[in-house]
Amino acid sequence: MDTAYDQTLDVKGAKCPLPLVKSRKAIGELAVGQVLRVVATDRGSVADFQGWAKTAKNVELISQETGQEAGQDLYIHYLRRTS
Amino acid sequence: MTLSTLEQTDIQALLDRIAALENRLASLEAAPAQTIEDRVAMVVFSGDLDKTIAALIIATGAAAMGLEVSMFFTFWGLSVVKKQKLFTGKNPLEQGFTAMLPGSLGQLGLSQMNFFGAGAKIIRKLMRDRNVSSPEELLALARELGVRMVVCDMSRELLGIHDSELIDGLETGGVATFLGDAARAKVTLFI
Repeated sequence: MDTAYDQTLDVKGAKCPLPLVKSRKAIGELAVGQVLRVVATDRGSVADFQGWAKTAKNVELISQETGQEAGQDLYIHYLRRTS
Repeated sequence: MTLSTLEQTDIQALLDRIAALENRLASLEAAPAQTIEDRVAMVVFSGDLDKTIAALIIATGAAAMGLEVSMFFTFWGLSVVKKQKLFTGKNPLEQGFTAMLPGSLGQLGLSQMNFFGAGAKIIRKLMRDRNVSSPEELLALARELGVRMVVCDMSRELLGIHDSELIDGLETGGVATFLGDAARAKVTLFI
């Protein structure tokens, strides 16, 4: 259930395309094999991260989950840098 | 066992064919066919605020996904990459165009419901309220992400836009500059 991760990125409140842009930067700072946890409030980010993982050669989408915080929905993505 | 004359000519014909095929293969290998790359090429033809926002969101999103992005600004789309209006050194017709066209991204209007600029102001207010990045932020982000930005020189000249009216650091090119990137792109858009 709980996915292990190395770094968390908070993009709460950020709208398309910023969650993607910021995650891209953050994952570039990780070592190969490390996992980034992205916490977003943008509902579109669920499909966006799936699309990104489908296109990118260096990113693997491990899992996605939803949560709640202060009455707003959270969309949490776990991404691994693969190269 | 000796080969008959007929068989010898057959063998010679086959050898010739093999040689011809080898030559063809060598020439194909020397100049490989263009391959499709992880690339997006778009023409930004429109100078409407709403269409510009769409173009910039696609550009920044694609760049973030790791795609190479090229944007070609032509015709009304040149207003997107203008930083100011200058009237000196222009003929009356060019001055007329300068007066009528936006002087920067900040002056673009909507393609619908613009109401003499009020619509554009409302959309910008809504974007701020909803925490959506402004067109200016998206443009800066696109440049930071390495999006290639090319200005069509022909339409720039046609509309009497001087280089000093455009933001710094843009490339200049023509139709072949776009097609050179578009021919290798998985995604091509005309906005």
